[in-house]
Amino acid sequence: MARITLENVAHSYLSHPRSEADYALKTINLNWDDGGAYALLGASGCGKTTLLNLISGLRQPSQGRILFDSVDVTEAPTTARNIAQVFQFPVVYDTMTVRQNLAFPLRNRGMDGAYIKRRVEAIAKMIGMAGVLDRRARGLTADAKQKISLGRGMVREDVNAILFDEPLTVIDPHMKWELRTQLKSLHREFGHTMVYVTHDQTEALTFADKVVVMHDGRVVQTGTPQELFEAPEHTFVGYFIGSPGMNLLPAEVRGKTATVAGHAIALAADYGNPQGRVQLGIRPDFVSFDAAGDLPVTVTRVEDIGRRRIVRADFRGTEINAHLPEGEPVPSGATRISFGTAQIGIYVDDWRASPNGAAPGEIA
Amino acid sequence: MDKPVNQRAWFLVLPVFLLVAFSAILPLMTVVNYAFNDTFGSNAFFWVGLEWFEEVLTSERVHEALLRQLLFSAIILAIEIPLGIAVALTLPKRGIGASVCLVILALPLLIPWNVVGTIWQVFARVDIGLLGAFLSQIGVDFNIGQDSIDAWVVLIVMDVWHWTSLVTLLAYAGLQAIPEAYYQAGRIDQASRWAVFRYIELPKMKGVLLIAILLRFMDSFVIYTEPFVVTGGGPGSATTFLSIDLVKMAIGQFDLGPAAAFSIMYFFVILLICWVFYTVMTNLDRQDLPE
Repeated sequence: MARITLENVAHSYLSHPRSEADYALKTINLNWDDGGAYALLGASGCGKTTLLNLISGLRQPSQGRILFDSVDVTEAPTTARNIAQVFQFPVVYDTMTVRQNLAFPLRNRGMDGAYIKRRVEAIAKMIGMAGVLDRRARGLTADAKQKISLGRGMVREDVNAILFDEPLTVIDPHMKWELRTQLKSLHREFGHTMVYVTHDQTEALTFADKVVVMHDGRVVQTGTPQELFEAPEHTFVGYFIGSPGMNLLPAEVRGKTATVAGHAIALAADYGNPQGRVQLGIRPDFVSFDAAGDLPVTVTRVEDIGRRRIVRADFRGTEINAHLPEGEPVPSGATRISFGTAQIGIYVDDWRASPNGAAPGEIA
Repeated sequence: MDKPVNQRAWFLVLPVFLLVAFSAILPLMTVVNYAFNDTFGSNAFFWVGLEWFEEVLTSERVHEALLRQLLFSAIILAIEIPLGIAVALTLPKRGIGASVCLVILALPLLIPWNVVGTIWQVFARVDIGLLGAFLSQIGVDFNIGQDSIDAWVVLIVMDVWHWTSLVTLLAYAGLQAIPEAYYQAGRIDQASRWAVFRYIELPKMKGVLLIAILLRFMDSFVIYTEPFVVTGGGPGSATTFLSIDLVKMAIGQFDLGPAAAFSIMYFFVILLICWVFYTVMTNLDRQDLPE
């Protein structure tokens, strides 16, 4: 178990990267606490898996240093890092039984036989495979194989970290919940540092204490699920998290007023006079229909998603989504909307601006 | 599920049946004809029943040829399979180097059998051969025409030279088909190089290796041209394998009856071995299926 630190780490798949665009992973600085549960969230191809492989040593970074506690492991091979990683698709050793598969990492470390037996049985119970321990792994179904992969990832007690690379892709939904809960309880019990890569926000938000959102090879925000929801640091976080995502409207901002296509909207604080591409962001949860509202819109569609309804409205060609709480009358045709003043965010060139005229706020 | 039954579907296999009849069944029947009859030329046949079969089955000379044949196949398999795998493991996985290696490896496979035989025959000659002359220069008593061990060594080295590439290419194809994730998992699980070979590479190569073993066994079991060119079956009958013996019997001595009986039994032995291989292979797979 260890604290993981990344210092100025960047990675390119080319041997001679020339421009920033050649980097799959732009310069990243991270500090992950010992025993934390982190989720790496981002769209496919944003560099999540690359980052994971750098930590486990399956790839070497083009630049920067990786430290476990205070030991520099940048050059260390995977086998020397004592790290567990579970891949997106199941990897089992075909000729071995389930038991031998689970025991393999322990055997490779030369653990004592009685301990291996005890440990394997405990893990098998956890992943629900205690009954098939002596079956050959080869003939099992894909999700049974993935459970074995998960089990192999968790069988070592002394690992520095356990990395999960979208491990539940092939598992069916009912089992997904159960396994995710198991992973959480395992985390609480043993306190391993766990990193969970996913593009599924629900998975990320339920698993992790801290979510690291990646976009285009960069870490755009690290925070608790609540922070990501309430104060997205980047427009990507805004529309990637939440369903539907944050509404973003081009705006002009002067002091405490934003002007959206000629309509003035009051802001909670003074944003000065920001330059560049300025956008107003508001979550659908804080959009309400109100005859005296700030913006005129036309309701185009209402989607019933069970407990709530999503209203899609058109504002001069831009779609604005709103969550309609239960019991509220469903608007139709031309109407007006207003935004919850305190929940409005102002984005300059995609980064969240802090009030009082400060420059675009990059994350620390 | 009810399957529709239509006996006229047999007509669909008629073309292939005709082809096989002309290419295999009819020629084979002429051999059967010789095996059960005695002939003194001018197409006069006398029925002798199983006499020729008895003669061949009790023949010391055939027994010895069969033993030599089995020994030869066993030795070349024991060398070529591990060596082929070892070479495949050391080949580069991609890039120009991989292509160059593959082309070089494929070269021996493209050479006609009798050319291979001639190359090694000349190579081993004591008077002008690079190998033979060199060995006698440094004082080694080497002569494939007189020493049966020397003859065997040359034949085995020749076969290894000619056919290890085949095993290598098959094993290489098997290795290339292993997804990178398995190697990554091996590294994550801190597996040693041996464990990676034993638990990842070898199981994944099992299919192609069985094919390699089958092909090499069959080929070596019916080998004729190369030893015929290099040693002619000698010295004495030290390298007279089944095929060489058969040809000697049929064409050298013109014993058509025993030769035909020999051919039929030779054919059934090979068929039997193929069947055993096939059964073993399919059973190995079935064993792993979920209940």
